[in-house]
Amino acid sequence: MTQMPQTLLFLFVFVLAAFVGFEVITKVPPLLHTPLMSATNAISGISLVGSLVLAGANRGTLATILGFIAVTAATINVVGGFLITDRMLKMFHRGRPGGAADGKKPDAKGQAKPGAGGAA
Amino acid sequence: MIREYITWATYLAASVLFILGLRSLTKPDKAQRGMQQAALGMLLAIIGTLLVREIVDYRWILGGLALGTLIGYPLGMFVPMTAMPQRIAVSHMFGALAATLVGVAEYHIQGGRPPAAMMGALGFEVLFGALTITGSFMAFGKLQGFVTGTPVTYRGQNAINLVLFAATFGIFVFLIFQPYHPYLFLAMVALSLLLGVLMVLPIGGADMPVVVSLLNSYAGLASAATGFAIGNSVLIICGALDGASGFLLSVLMSKAMNRSFANVLFGAFGTPPAAGSGKDVSGLTVRTINAEDAAVQIAYARLVIVVPGYGMAVAQCQHVVRELAALVEKRGGEVKYAIHPVAGRMPGHMNVLLAEANVPYDRLYDLDEINDEFERADVALVIGANDVVNPAARNDPSSPIFGMPILNVDKAHQVIVLKRSMAAGYSGVENELFYEPNTSMLFGDAKESIQNLVTQIKTL
Repeated sequence: MTQMPQTLLFLFVFVLAAFVGFEVITKVPPLLHTPLMSATNAISGISLVGSLVLAGANRGTLATILGFIAVTAATINVVGGFLITDRMLKMFHRGRPGGAADGKKPDAKGQAKPGAGGAA
Repeated sequence: MIREYITWATYLAASVLFILGLRSLTKPDKAQRGMQQAALGMLLAIIGTLLVREIVDYRWILGGLALGTLIGYPLGMFVPMTAMPQRIAVSHMFGALAATLVGVAEYHIQGGRPPAAMMGALGFEVLFGALTITGSFMAFGKLQGFVTGTPVTYRGQNAINLVLFAATFGIFVFLIFQPYHPYLFLAMVALSLLLGVLMVLPIGGADMPVVVSLLNSYAGLASAATGFAIGNSVLIICGALDGASGFLLSVLMSKAMNRSFANVLFGAFGTPPAAGSGKDVSGLTVRTINAEDAAVQIAYARLVIVVPGYGMAVAQCQHVVRELAALVEKRGGEVKYAIHPVAGRMPGHMNVLLAEANVPYDRLYDLDEINDEFERADVALVIGANDVVNPAARNDPSSPIFGMPILNVDKAHQVIVLKRSMAAGYSGVENELFYEPNTSMLFGDAKESIQNLVTQIKTL
């Protein structure tokens, strides 16, 4: 038997990774669905590995410029995504059994722009 | 050669750390640690990539990394939790932008003549990527408020979208066989950008959880396609994880709104339901309550269940809600929070807001966990939620939201609804809950109302 063509091999990788993704993510509780979204966003910043090569491989001005913008966009997601996920996850804590929620000072920075539209 | 092996090793390590990081999200206590390890994986992959032999010039790379960090840092550290839905939407845009640009550049590098398999991957990449760029931007605009949050609809909307999509897809298939048509390639990108706008235009604010999840999925698929195009399996793995996550979330969200999944896939979920259908309530009256009486009910309750909705996010009253809960608990009562999956504007929106206000996560309950407890609750406190507590979904087959799983708030002994006015909910359906004999309405700004309740309970 001949070796498997590369594209087919990649298809195997894709399908198996998607299965792993489904199995893992089904078990994420609704409680953490927002951090899950920001985490997958941060992880999708891995497209950096493609854009870095594009920006540095000297394959013509257009490729370099597009690569530069792509590196910037992906870095925004990596840096911003991991930081905000960390910030969110830090906030989730278990209550002390019985008594009131512990008296740690709530983050005062939560006051900013209200969302769009009126109250639903 | 050895350098290449090092690069691949970092990619393998990154893939493993990412999967472990996502797995850590199944346990709230371990999640932070797990995601920090995932960040380490990302760092490894970046270092590994910088070793790649093709890279000869580091100036633009460093520039991009620096600029990205400069923009990403404030987006990570200073964006308030209330702005989280638009923050997530905008990051889908950046992810898709990176994927699309890599695709366009790759087509250019190949001199417009990529082999068929590669063209297939590139096509998917720019198609999904471009659609996600504008789609996410529109979602961002709607959530931020500079694009109207009400659905924009016109005659033949679905037909027009379908024709445009068919045309775009037709160009894509044609390019696989005849790749050297740079203008057609650009036309495909332009059409996809247009499709992204048109797809999100008819979608109202309350449907945003589905859209944001769906765009998450598309962004993932675009980066997986990038992996196929440039032959990089770490991209394929991450794209698949991202795509699977977004897909699953959008299925969960559409289930929670009782919309069929086909509806979600084809983006036809903007059609507003016929307004005014459902029960006629003209003969019924609502009972209003003042802060003093409401405070008495809450103060002497053994079990209070708080039901937050988008109104809590708008009024930004999560901190006073916690203050109120602390008072009840100090008096010996118990407070639980009932979270509907589509309450708010993105999956998990209410959980993040309450966690920010320092509410312990073991007090937050899902629909299935809490629904049997309403019978036991002395007071159900509904804060800016509407459709997710409408009993019509359970018992009125003529209602447009019939069949949607709801929180059985009406089963509580007393229901106090905090609301700005008597306006109908997003779906335009009258809410029977407000006319039930055990329901009282506390009108006004939610934050002020709760502040009043806190002051009143303190005097009791």
